[in-house]
Amino acid sequence: MYKLKLASAVIGLSIASSGFAATDIEWWHAMGGANGEKVNEIAKAFNDSQDAYTVKPVYKGNYTETMTSAIAAFRAKKQPHIVQVFEVGTASMMSAKGAIYPVYELMRESGQSFDQSGFLSAVTGYYSDQEGNMLSMPFNSSTPVLYYNKDLFAKAGIQNPPTTWEEMESVSQKLLDNGVKCGFTTAWQSWVQLENFSARHNVPFASEANGFGGLDTKLTFNGPSQVAHIEKMSEWQQNGIFSYGGRRSDSAPKFYSEECAMFMNSSAGYAGIKKNAKFDFGVSQLPYQGSAISEPKNTIIGGASLWVLQGHKKEEYKGVASFLSFLSRAEVQADWHQFSGYLPITRAAYDLTKGQGFYAQNVGTETGVLQMTSGTPTPNSKGLRLGNFVQIRDIINEELEGVWAGQKSAQAALDEAVKRGNVLLRKFERANK
Amino acid sequence: MSVYFPHKKLPYLLVLPQLVITLIFFLWPAEQAFEQAFYQEDAFGLSREFVGFDNFVYLFNDPQYYKSIWVTLVFSFSVAFSGLAIALWLAVMADRVIRGKLTYQTLLVWPYAVAPALAGVLWWLLFDPSMGPVALWLQYFGVDWNHFLNGDQAMTLVVISATWKQISYNFLFFLAGLQAVPRSLIEAASIDGASPFKRFWTIVFPLLSPTTFFLLVINLVYAFFDTFGVIDATTQGGPGVSTATMVYKVFNDGFIGLDMGSSAAQSVVLMFLVGVMTVIQFRYIERKVEY
Repeated sequence: MYKLKLASAVIGLSIASSGFAATDIEWWHAMGGANGEKVNEIAKAFNDSQDAYTVKPVYKGNYTETMTSAIAAFRAKKQPHIVQVFEVGTASMMSAKGAIYPVYELMRESGQSFDQSGFLSAVTGYYSDQEGNMLSMPFNSSTPVLYYNKDLFAKAGIQNPPTTWEEMESVSQKLLDNGVKCGFTTAWQSWVQLENFSARHNVPFASEANGFGGLDTKLTFNGPSQVAHIEKMSEWQQNGIFSYGGRRSDSAPKFYSEECAMFMNSSAGYAGIKKNAKFDFGVSQLPYQGSAISEPKNTIIGGASLWVLQGHKKEEYKGVASFLSFLSRAEVQADWHQFSGYLPITRAAYDLTKGQGFYAQNVGTETGVLQMTSGTPTPNSKGLRLGNFVQIRDIINEELEGVWAGQKSAQAALDEAVKRGNVLLRKFERANK
Repeated sequence: MSVYFPHKKLPYLLVLPQLVITLIFFLWPAEQAFEQAFYQEDAFGLSREFVGFDNFVYLFNDPQYYKSIWVTLVFSFSVAFSGLAIALWLAVMADRVIRGKLTYQTLLVWPYAVAPALAGVLWWLLFDPSMGPVALWLQYFGVDWNHFLNGDQAMTLVVISATWKQISYNFLFFLAGLQAVPRSLIEAASIDGASPFKRFWTIVFPLLSPTTFFLLVINLVYAFFDTFGVIDATTQGGPGVSTATMVYKVFNDGFIGLDMGSSAAQSVVLMFLVGVMTVIQFRYIERKVEY
């Protein structure tokens, strides 16, 4: 009797496990540390919410490593279902038509209800095609903001952070007069001082609507307003108002050590600043040129989105689609936004966070959202879609460093950067015809 | 009388594993790179176009590329020279230590276990113009240290980080080499009244030449091929292109920029250059080596 029971239990179990075996969905991401643990938590919440699919998040290193390994895996036909790709890789992903499964198509073909209008247009614009269809699912987005040292401001008798570049100069001068070593520094110089500067002042960074209109785009960031801005910054580099602190976010120590009173960096840098700054700091919107425009446009985003790759079974894509729906739920989004410091992606997540009183408790965390959603995005502020953009940014870094070192004029450096960058755009056009 | 081995196949069988490894891990990838250099393709490999010498033409029409060759030469010879000189000096000193010899030697070998990228980060922290202790100390002495703007300082920084690691390796070989120098020769020289300085340059240094030559080749190859991690972690090739060496460009264009064609063409050029250099070393410098 006992043996029979045992046998039936074993048979029953084996049937159960074969009948209800969950389909695995692999998700390669680049979120290390605390954010990585949060990613695992999100996947677990999804896996617990149903039993048809199991999402398996795999950490693959930094953004470039993740993208490179996904591409290598695709070439070897071992690609994951979902991969997280940073914003500068967008053009490469988009052009790989046989490799990606556009999110809007995936959602439609898997019968998932999917409302694009619930997403913030400044975020989805970056990842949509010309017709406005979302090609990838935004996941972690950020935008540059201005951080300022409230203690140093108080010491110099300054009440409000500067809102225009003109005020940037006068406020910095006042700080310098009060013994501060440098007015401001910047991280990600190409992203903040050229890409976002152009968007905010509604001037094109590249032709063909910043590359959204086609692969035959040409760089145009050597226009008069960008040149004037870089010219001014090079002057400030000489007199201490601006101090260059290196590529990526290498300049952060200048702000932490109170050498510079202001710092332009990603809104996602909030947590890092909170941890490292031994002073009271505030967050404000990026300045604009008051003499040129009366109202700035929205800033553009950085960060990454989730791309779905081709080559899997239809059944598995159903799971991918339901996971992406789960990800865009307001409570999942709001939790991720509040935990990581990345921007909310849907209107509902923003409202939910606001309703929970998060912005009131964490002053400054709303700045990025407000700045990014101010006004309707124009072709100049929708985003950038340029091939070989990683290398183009390198070229921009190289040329700008020549300006900061006083070896080149702003005009000459930007002209050269445009010329060298265009060669790379033509190469990309040729390879992706 | 010559020794005769009756087996015809056995010798080949014995070298077979070595040949297979060379074939799979060296010749095959080299051939792949060579082939790729004549193609241009998108990142995913969905389309591939034969472009002949276009990748090379593009490379040699780019003034930045010539700069990177110059940067590579300056970087590699600085790394090899300072790595050898400092290691030799340390080895000579360690050879004279009597008490605590083992501890001293072990400590000197440690840095070799540190990963290149990590070594880069360590030096990056020490030399950060705003927070790094070394940079602040230099500023105290009136040196305006800012490797984010000053290309020569950036070069100094990457040379230091790349050399530091290699010193341990060189040290080991030099120490072994020094211990092989016959004591009797040195004693005879000191009886004849030669100063320690004279003894070193006329006896020890020439007898060390096989070791020095071997290390020179190894160090140059290290500096040419193995240092992109250090550069990526410290300067990313900047400011401007003042620390963008050829191998860093190969890494950056290929793995980060996903431009396989150009990256492959660059590695072919690099392979050729290092090949030529090795031939020169073996033909001209090796003649001065006394075995």
